[in-house]
Amino acid sequence: MRLVRSEHTAGWAFILPAVVLIVAFGLVPIVWALLLSFQSSDFVSPPKWVGLANYQALRHDPDFRAAIVRTLEYTAIFVPVVVLGGLGVAVLLNAKVRFISIYRTAFFVPVACSTVATAIIFNWLLEPTFGLVNWVLGWFSLGPYGFFQDPNQALFSVVLMTSWGWIGFNAIIYLAALQGIPGELLEAAEIDGASRFVTFWRVVWPLLGPATLLLVVWSSINALQVFDEIYVSTRGGPLQATTVVVYYLYEQAFRFFAAGYGAAIAYVLFVAILLLTLLQLWIGRRRVHYTS
Amino acid sequence: MSEHTVQVPVAEAGVEGVWRRFVPSPRHALLLPLALVMLTPLAWMLMTSIQTPDEAMHFPPVLPSGIHWQNYTDALHAAPFGRFFFNTALVTGACVLGNLLLCSLAGYAFARLRFFGRDVVFVVILATLMVPFQVVMIPTFIIMKDLGLIDSLGALIVPNLVTPFGIFLMRQFFRTLPIDLEEAARIDGCSRLGTLFRVVLPLSGPALATLAVITFLYSWNDFLWPLIVIQSDSHMTLQLGLSTFQGAHATNWTLLMAGNVMAVLPMLLAFLLAQRQFVNSIAAVGVKG
Repeated sequence: MRLVRSEHTAGWAFILPAVVLIVAFGLVPIVWALLLSFQSSDFVSPPKWVGLANYQALRHDPDFRAAIVRTLEYTAIFVPVVVLGGLGVAVLLNAKVRFISIYRTAFFVPVACSTVATAIIFNWLLEPTFGLVNWVLGWFSLGPYGFFQDPNQALFSVVLMTSWGWIGFNAIIYLAALQGIPGELLEAAEIDGASRFVTFWRVVWPLLGPATLLLVVWSSINALQVFDEIYVSTRGGPLQATTVVVYYLYEQAFRFFAAGYGAAIAYVLFVAILLLTLLQLWIGRRRVHYTS
Repeated sequence: MSEHTVQVPVAEAGVEGVWRRFVPSPRHALLLPLALVMLTPLAWMLMTSIQTPDEAMHFPPVLPSGIHWQNYTDALHAAPFGRFFFNTALVTGACVLGNLLLCSLAGYAFARLRFFGRDVVFVVILATLMVPFQVVMIPTFIIMKDLGLIDSLGALIVPNLVTPFGIFLMRQFFRTLPIDLEEAARIDGCSRLGTLFRVVLPLSGPALATLAVITFLYSWNDFLWPLIVIQSDSHMTLQLGLSTFQGAHATNWTLLMAGNVMAVLPMLLAFLLAQRQFVNSIAAVGVKG
């Protein structure tokens, strides 16, 4: 009995510092944000209860609707690019050829580059008049393009910029998964006379299922929350062409000090992320086979 | 069985080994140009950072005629990069240490001790993992305001001293360790805290390294939270300082690239020196998370 009680005390003593911090900066803010989303608040004067008014206003807010559409567009392009790009790079890197460690470094090093630094570099690379990319495209008689300064190209330019860092990240995870595939399986396929393409499609790709599911979920969550690169490169412009949901939320809450409205946007985003993740996991469960 | 496993690899290694020595693998035809494309942004940043403004604003682009160090001294005069670096190192160091200690303690308790409410508390902590940061940031900002921590490094450190993910990571790792050693230590009269610090943690190098790397990357590169709570130059982190610097010198590309190089260099060097550790940590999180 004494022993058991001491385990209660020890257990709680061990988790107490973590629990206090997680309650204070996790649980309390989660509940508070929900309450805040039913209030009108400017951070200074006492908040006023407004019921569902914030959510109703959101429903009729054309800027918010446009931000949702843009975020979904961005996600729909970004996720396939970085998942398939990561897969392609990982397949190329999964070989014992000369200089392979140098190649790996080249593909992985953007992961160490912060979002802010990435955005500043791409601002320069995609500069319409003096930028490197327009110069190179000029060799092929393409362009010059406006990139971040053209409302029709800005969102695609953002994808180009964010993919640079994320392809390497996804390639790391795919490469680890590829190296976890037992060599006997590949040899067996080769002995059975399967072509490289068939081996990849019938043996490798199914075995990569868990990694693919993870990366699709993870990349989608990241895409729906994209902010840093957009803040630094375009500030949501031009003509709001890159005002995604989190950028809109930031503006509402911290530029126009509409804390309650911001909290409502945050909760809509939360529910959207949750639903999309559950949907992806549900589809994944039926398609992905876990071997171990 | 032995016939296949012996013959096939030997034959393959023989033929391909000889072939490979003389003819480069066709893979290089894809790998080399792609790798160059991936490296171009960083190379271009370095190049512009040592050009004169006239060289940078030349179209078509030209190579630098020499190393124009003045961009770097100008950047250092325009913004306190040393201060930004110091602040970032302090915040990141505190967050890494806090996570290593607090996540180990909590993770160990969740993995090994039986106490009242354990499973409920653990599930609630895991549930907070699903909530995006944007949900908590507005109330956390208000909490920081009430605590008087706005525009201080404390606002960057305190909420990030522990992460639900870190607790989960450490718990999962501790559960894979054989329990015999811990029981032996307990029988020899070692306290629970002693068992954790003298027996369990010395065996937990890989998990601690993963947690340290992930926290380091996250903390060093964090932008949105510092953007909200920090206002004065003297409390800015590298990322926030860099963004402010960019806002002030929007088209002064040589100056911007020099500042960017200084801001990226520490992390790039850390990555190049400890690449294996970085890559393994990201892969480990990917595989387990």
